[in-house]
Amino acid sequence: MVKVFIYPATSLILSDMVARFGHTPLSSATAIRERIQTAGLESPPLQITPEEPKKGLKWAAVEVPAGVRGRMSLYGPMIEACEAAIIINDADLAFGCMGCARTNELIKFLVHQKTIPRLELNYPKNEDEGVKFVAAIKRFLTELGVAK
Amino acid sequence: MTQPVRIAQLSCGPEYSGIQHEIDEAAREVGGEIFYPDVALKDIRRDFAKFGLDVKSPDLKLAIARAMALVEGRVEADAVFIATCFRCAEAAIVRNELRRYINEHSRLPVVSYSFTERTTSGTLLTRMEALTTIARRRALLARETQKGLTLGLDSGSATTKAIVMRDNKIIGTGWQPTTEVIKSANEVIAHALAEAGVTRNEIQAVGTTGYGRFLVGKEIKADLIQEELTVNSKGAVYLADRQHGPATVIDIGGMDNKAISVMDGIPGVFTMGGICAGASGRFLEMTAKRLGVEITELGPLSMKGFGGRVPMNSYCIVFGTQSLVNALAAGSTREDVAAAACHSVAEQVYEQQLQEVDIKEPVIMVGGTSLIEGLVFAMGELLQTKIVVPPYSQYIGAVGSALLASGFIKDD
Repeated sequence: MVKVFIYPATSLILSDMVARFGHTPLSSATAIRERIQTAGLESPPLQITPEEPKKGLKWAAVEVPAGVRGRMSLYGPMIEACEAAIIINDADLAFGCMGCARTNELIKFLVHQKTIPRLELNYPKNEDEGVKFVAAIKRFLTELGVAK
Repeated sequence: MTQPVRIAQLSCGPEYSGIQHEIDEAAREVGGEIFYPDVALKDIRRDFAKFGLDVKSPDLKLAIARAMALVEGRVEADAVFIATCFRCAEAAIVRNELRRYINEHSRLPVVSYSFTERTTSGTLLTRMEALTTIARRRALLARETQKGLTLGLDSGSATTKAIVMRDNKIIGTGWQPTTEVIKSANEVIAHALAEAGVTRNEIQAVGTTGYGRFLVGKEIKADLIQEELTVNSKGAVYLADRQHGPATVIDIGGMDNKAISVMDGIPGVFTMGGICAGASGRFLEMTAKRLGVEITELGPLSMKGFGGRVPMNSYCIVFGTQSLVNALAAGSTREDVAAAACHSVAEQVYEQQLQEVDIKEPVIMVGGTSLIEGLVFAMGELLQTKIVVPPYSQYIGAVGSALLASGFIKDD
């Protein structure tokens, strides 16, 4: 079993796929609903206090916006703990999204710094691409299990 | 029970900064209720493209879609609060453009704010109160003349001011530095009443504003306790006789600065605050002290100097004072240093706050600092306009309070 960090970390589909292949998804999987009635698209699943942005200083300096540091207090430890990662670029909002582009840039950079198995895909734009997309994730997760 | 004022929040980052509950609390304290305009994912995709600002953060796209839903009437609100992370350039652009868009296309009062994890409900209180006041008291804010015998008190951070008005005329004034809040208030009230030749019992209605408004308001049983953003706007257009049409009100205070874009005497967009004390009236007080003159002499002194001869960057009051000391030690004249201090304060307010409101003429400067000619001159130079300083401008909050309080006089 491998600890797999997923991006977007909120993606329920990705999180579910990782778990189905016997691995541990490192994520904050939450349903992105069709109607948005919360402050943000991915309002935090747990209580964030002003202490969290301070904890985030481990990954981003004080001149970095508080919202980035608050998110990093959640995702920083996951990136440190992960043994593999799946990154989906330009995902549709409904697939899973994270509200802050600056955090997204930092998260992807930190994942790239790690020498771990990594799958990076663009979000599919049609059915053909969709089939290849799922197959690539399936292959990656299967091989992770074998390698382990 | 009064219905809460519904304040639509357009934001990026307050939850992950840990301050969402502070925003909720500030709204609740002034009878407001924060809500998030309900939009669908397809609205975000469509409206974001239609608005035309190609930002990357999904939460900023959401804020754009919500602003469009408000302007197009798909979601109803009484006021709008726009909040994004301090130091985020992308968010700052969106914040400014949304504020401008909502102001131009709707009658909704808007306040924008950039927060850190240290933002508290106390910091937001006056801004939220102004939003709820504008939404709830439009009829009161539309008042153009003072009637009867009323008293207005402005319990400010640096000075306390009182005004007595009778039938649209100022008949008594009182002013002194704020020490003990209630004691200072009682003393200026006594002075104003004595000057007016009336007794406290004859006063038909009382209004308070400023930092000490709640404490003093309770003590003197005020009929109206109202924040200084709406009160000062009203006082400014009243005294400057610009009650109709657009105007911009600038109040450089002892502790913070206010820039308010006004239409028919009612604030539309406003900012409050300042990055550092170097942009406040307090810095000019320190300058006067270091130059060995009274604050009242700083203006005439600065008009005799040329600020361009003195390098001064007073973002911080400590470093600003250091520049001042260095300049004097290097042989600069007191006149040039006074002019440079005035220019520095005006420039910071221009750079940091006036960019957040739409400057529309006439520009009216009020508050104690509006009596410092060098500061008014420097602001006029920066804005390339003639600044209006109305009579009694230093009493602006007290005048606004006395004017609005007359709406509480009970008809016989």
